[in-house]
Amino acid sequence: MALQIVDGCVNCWACEPLCPSQAIYAALPHFLIDAKKCTECDGDYADKQCASICPIEEAIVDSQGAALNPPGSLTGIPPERWEQVRAEIQAR
Amino acid sequence: MELTVLGQSQTTAPAAGGCASSGCGSNDDQLNHLPEHIRAKVHNHPCYSEEAHHHYARMHVAVAPACNIQCHYCNRKYDCSNESRPGVVSELLTPDQAVKKVMTVAANIPQMTVLGIAGPGDPLANPERTFDTFRQLTEKAPDIKLCVSTNGLALPELVDELCKHNIDHVTMTINCVDPDIGAQIYPWIFWKNRRVYGRKGAEILIKQQQKGLQMLVDRGILVKVNSVMIPGVNDKHLEEVSKAVKAKGAFLHNVMPLIAEAEHGTFYGVMGQRGPTHDELQELQDACSGDMNMMRHCRQCRADAVGMLGEDRGDEFTMDKIEAVDVDYAAAMVKRAEVHAAIEATLAAKQQKKNETFISLSSLSIPKKESRPVLMAIATSGGGIINQHFGHAREFLIYEANAHDVRFISHRKTDLYCSGDDTCGDGESVLQKTINALKGCEVVLCSKIGYEPWGMLEEAGIMPNGEHALEAIEDAVAAVYKEMGEKGLLDKKPETKQRATA
Repeated sequence: MALQIVDGCVNCWACEPLCPSQAIYAALPHFLIDAKKCTECDGDYADKQCASICPIEEAIVDSQGAALNPPGSLTGIPPERWEQVRAEIQAR
Repeated sequence: MELTVLGQSQTTAPAAGGCASSGCGSNDDQLNHLPEHIRAKVHNHPCYSEEAHHHYARMHVAVAPACNIQCHYCNRKYDCSNESRPGVVSELLTPDQAVKKVMTVAANIPQMTVLGIAGPGDPLANPERTFDTFRQLTEKAPDIKLCVSTNGLALPELVDELCKHNIDHVTMTINCVDPDIGAQIYPWIFWKNRRVYGRKGAEILIKQQQKGLQMLVDRGILVKVNSVMIPGVNDKHLEEVSKAVKAKGAFLHNVMPLIAEAEHGTFYGVMGQRGPTHDELQELQDACSGDMNMMRHCRQCRADAVGMLGEDRGDEFTMDKIEAVDVDYAAAMVKRAEVHAAIEATLAAKQQKKNETFISLSSLSIPKKESRPVLMAIATSGGGIINQHFGHAREFLIYEANAHDVRFISHRKTDLYCSGDDTCGDGESVLQKTINALKGCEVVLCSKIGYEPWGMLEEAGIMPNGEHALEAIEDAVAAVYKEMGEKGLLDKKPETKQRATA
């Protein structure tokens, strides 16, 4: 049982000091979680700390690979709106 | 093909770049009403004193990447070197690197008096990195003022730690005092180990901001409040914010326009929220100024900006360039002190001249009392004079002349925060963009101008004028206004020739 930081992480350091197990460490191209140390905050906090401060959608996933912050959940931008705008920008 | 301007001699731009009006700052110094001990603290701070920003430089170091809130005008993913706006940086620094960079810049740009930590996240959401930087600089570079900007959420718990670091000034971003409005600006905050969404989050943030503001004021720290003007969201509300923060003791209020473009990937940008027009911004700034000192020379700098306001020399001081440099700071401090003394002498001489020779416009034979105000755009590269070619101007200073005085209103960028043509452009020609940016102005004063822009400006109802090259800005604006009066141009509304398609 461990969370994972994946592509999309912008190395903002917000999660690192919050981890009750010191499982998060700086690495390249992005921060990583030591799966052996991560407890998913079980017994320490009701909410998973890294995922609760992370500003980037889909950057932290659970052991099944599901994003803890799915698209649209943090920015409020509906994913279909973002796709449409991105297509418009690329078409310029 | 150039139109040569009669009487023009060689233009020499002063060493200092950035904004250049001598009296960009209206009634000479908008800090005049402040008590002496406060003026003493800000007179050489370019971000707080309009007068200072013509002479002194500032820098930001990007040591604070983490943030504890999300704002709808911010995208945490972005770094584009073509962009100049808050929250954007190219290179994140460790505190040690930041200290090295600050000392290198201070040795090379002796006018640099102020070091700020402004992000790219929230400095107080990165207390160890922020305070480590301050601690080292207080010790190694005691002639540099330190300041910090924050959203205020973590301020109450850190205010005492902050006070240990000899910080005179704090800038707080306060966009609202009403949680219903806050819920439209802040989708969430991180608070006591949870992400708190919507109105509830905004309510906590607002409480913390007001509490933090009070605590700073109680400890004698000067607080400037920044507000982002978001049309349809908080534009009507900001007058109330202005009153509230003034009542708490903030000494300066800076209303900034929302920057929102779809390509920035921010909520507002993607959802099509527009920024205010120049007129809307000015109207709000005027409305708020009845309650408090308004700041109009803010350039909305990047979190890693270096140099005078309005310029960014960050590229000269990237880590790969400065790592090898060995700074003799003791020697640099001597040189810096000399440069600062020279600036102070210039300012004192200028003040004296002003006191001796100031002639109010109303004493001149200005046209009838009811003449309407006129906006004029100035191309200048420094020194308070009209000395820049129209086509070289990357920003214009906007002045308003009316029957009683001439005042600085704002600056307008012509490259609209983004200078990359291929990726960022929307096909509009640079010239047309510049003309759009000058909307509302009736005159452009510059040193020279080519035939093509001359014609296009005229067609847009903006009169180009190169007759006042190398004259002091305020004098030239007053003279042109007087001429307009004599020609009877001030009695009626200007013809609006702005193209419908523009």
